[in-house]
Amino acid sequence: MSPSPPSPPAPPAPLHLAVALDGAGWHPASWRDPRSRPDGLFTAGYWLDAVQEAERGLIDFVTFEDALSLQSTDPAGDDRRTDQVRGRLDAVLTAAAVAPLTRHIGLVPTAVVTHSEPFHLAKAIATLDHVSTGRAGVRVRVSASAHEAAHFGRRSLPEFRPEDIGLPGAQEPARELFGEAADYVEVLRRLWDSWEDDAEIRDTATGRFIDRAKLHYIDFEGDRFSVRGPSITPRSPQGQPLVTALAHASVPYGLVASSADVGYVTPHDAAGARAVTDEILAARDAAGRGGETVHVFGDLVVFLDETAAAAKARRQRLDETAGAPLTSDAEVFTGTPAELAGLLIDWQRAGLTGYRLRPAVTGHDLPAITRGLVPELQSRGAFRRAYQAGTLRGLLGLPRPAGRYARVRAGGQS
Amino acid sequence: MSDTQKQIHLAAHFPGVNNTTVWSDPEAGSQIDFASFSHFARTAERARFDFLFLAEGLRLREQGGEIYDLDVVGRPDTFTVLAALAAVTDRIGLAGTINSTFNEPYEVARQFASLDHLSAGRAAWNVVTSWDAFTGENFRRGGFLAEADRYTRAEQFLRTAWELFDSWAPDEVVADPESGRFLRTPDAGTFAHRDQHFDIAGRFNVPRSPQGRPVIFQAGDSDQGREFAAATADAIFSRHSAPEAGRVFYQDVKGRLARHGRTPDELLILPAATFVLGDTDAEAAERAHEVRRSQVSGQTAIKFLEHVWNRDLSGYDPDGPLPDIDPDPGEHTVARGRASVRMVRDPLATASEWRQRAKAEGLSIRELVIETSARQTFIGSPATVAAAVNAAVQSEVSDGFILAPHLVPGGLDEFADTVVPLLQERGVFRTEYEGRTLRDHLGLRTPGV
Repeated sequence: MSPSPPSPPAPPAPLHLAVALDGAGWHPASWRDPRSRPDGLFTAGYWLDAVQEAERGLIDFVTFEDALSLQSTDPAGDDRRTDQVRGRLDAVLTAAAVAPLTRHIGLVPTAVVTHSEPFHLAKAIATLDHVSTGRAGVRVRVSASAHEAAHFGRRSLPEFRPEDIGLPGAQEPARELFGEAADYVEVLRRLWDSWEDDAEIRDTATGRFIDRAKLHYIDFEGDRFSVRGPSITPRSPQGQPLVTALAHASVPYGLVASSADVGYVTPHDAAGARAVTDEILAARDAAGRGGETVHVFGDLVVFLDETAAAAKARRQRLDETAGAPLTSDAEVFTGTPAELAGLLIDWQRAGLTGYRLRPAVTGHDLPAITRGLVPELQSRGAFRRAYQAGTLRGLLGLPRPAGRYARVRAGGQS
Repeated sequence: MSDTQKQIHLAAHFPGVNNTTVWSDPEAGSQIDFASFSHFARTAERARFDFLFLAEGLRLREQGGEIYDLDVVGRPDTFTVLAALAAVTDRIGLAGTINSTFNEPYEVARQFASLDHLSAGRAAWNVVTSWDAFTGENFRRGGFLAEADRYTRAEQFLRTAWELFDSWAPDEVVADPESGRFLRTPDAGTFAHRDQHFDIAGRFNVPRSPQGRPVIFQAGDSDQGREFAAATADAIFSRHSAPEAGRVFYQDVKGRLARHGRTPDELLILPAATFVLGDTDAEAAERAHEVRRSQVSGQTAIKFLEHVWNRDLSGYDPDGPLPDIDPDPGEHTVARGRASVRMVRDPLATASEWRQRAKAEGLSIRELVIETSARQTFIGSPATVAAAVNAAVQSEVSDGFILAPHLVPGGLDEFADTVVPLLQERGVFRTEYEGRTLRDHLGLRTPGV
């Protein structure tokens, strides 16, 4: 079956929903919930089931968490714990392994840009876009951890915690890492544009497979790396796959503003949501992207049950199992789908265009999102009733951009 | 079925960026759309092949300072396609070339371990090395290796990756909700590795995969490459499919195993091979000739000659005689990003030899290139080809073949439908997969920790 054809962006309601997938869920004890399948975490079937559940709920996209180190409660190193999920599969490969068996939902793996090669990632995400026929994105992640750097042995990083980014001593290393990330995204985007859409001509009369005038060297030169191009992978269905980033402070807000299509932020009330969206949109305008859509999604950890008391009791049980109360960078919501729907619509008025929900227990809270929250939002006219676009950009109301080099050529310049 | 007959191993190579792929054929499909890969993989699996194989590209080829435009240009990312193919196939092995020069062991090891998990034990890695600054211009490490260091880095890269694969015990993930024990021990994944090229330590973050380690392929042909394969590889993707050269190579490489403490059945020799089928041998021969004419156009012939001459020969007529000027013996600058260029060690001697041959046989440039670059291994009716494949394996030319058809995506269909059943009737090729993993298909043991 073919994907539904693209249609003009006229959704009945502008609220967007993403789901963040990580292990058995975002609560450290989630894997011990009776509805979790901890023995399946390293199989394709587990991830396919989760993504198909999200797709049944018409979710815009799922993200896949990833890192180039083992999970740890200690950001400075290994905690050597044996009572929590440890180990994870490569997010890009996991997304690729579910792509052929899903049809509408966007697939957004996390990639660590501090240690990986932009050329490799550009072709991997373009290929994810090809294999999913237009549903690929990437969440770019900076790594500030010294122990992760030791897995590569190419650079040493001063130890600093991402949550300390607002502190004076952390500003300089943060600027360095996020500046590099901005360069990295620039390279991704140039490589994605380095083939014009119609570069492959298969002209038997002249014997030429491509029109080489429609392939472009990107010639990126930055402080930390340079990349010549062009990509080896032809331009993908979306042209530009979705670029997303999680941000907690001004420096990373700058990365969202300058480089991303979607930023994930972590406000704790409507006023906080207003402040962060204002800051990002002002930075976007300052970065010269005033005419472009930058979605700002609120991140929330969610415990959803039919009654607020049941959700609260479940959270308490999980905390007891874990031996400590849940802590998170994001607001933790505990309640009913109707209550959550109210909160989402309220904060949306404060400027957020969507949300990335982190199920506390994937096996419980993901179906509660798709079968509880989604119908609730639909009944309030705040969420789609069917997928209305064939690509992830289309779902988010983003145009398919013309390649920058094609634009220059069309403008008559070399 | 005789017990003395060797069982044949067959694999399929998705064809791409070289002149053997006939993109001008009306039946040629997309080299990029996933539907092509999916069709190709499913055909190979339907035929019970051991694995399918993908090459990789890290820089577009250039010739004369311009991007080469006569062959298929562009490929998708190897890992991403293999992971997607895991979703639409069930048993067939998924083998990919991944370079050891422009990657880092931690990342590649977790990609292969992930692919092995996602495919339930079907991953294979063709370890290759890069050779030039030209490719390095696309990578942040930028640099390149002296030729002498290529295999040192490759071997240390591979040994580092093995250490990472082995850093988790097979039974490390307990995942018992009752006891609250997810890991058996607190030190799963702990590693520390230091050698000339890598100084890394910490914790690997992918549990041990179904095959323990992916199957390792090696494709190098130099003495160093053969020694590297004898020491480390599970299979060799060789160039030597012709009977005589194949037997010599087979003996040489299998003979190197003992000094690495290995037995001959621990390393499979699988040459690349092409085929052209027809209802009769005569029809196949005619089709083979047509395929060769499609593979080597006049323009392609001139470009091919430039690889040897290391000069711009665009002024020459492909239907005329070979150039009477000599090759430029300087540094090779005309064609870039091409492994085959390195195979001509002595351009002056090659040119002289080709001139003599062209003169003696009355060959034009194009005809000479067709003759000298022919890589057609099996030509004939299905019965003829089945007999030839079997004879090659039984007489130790190889342990099987990696077949590269000249068409995408349907180029394998006819072989699957006509030749494979004949091999199965002879009892030399499986009719069903017996095991679940690629190591099972290849008769390789799963490494312990």
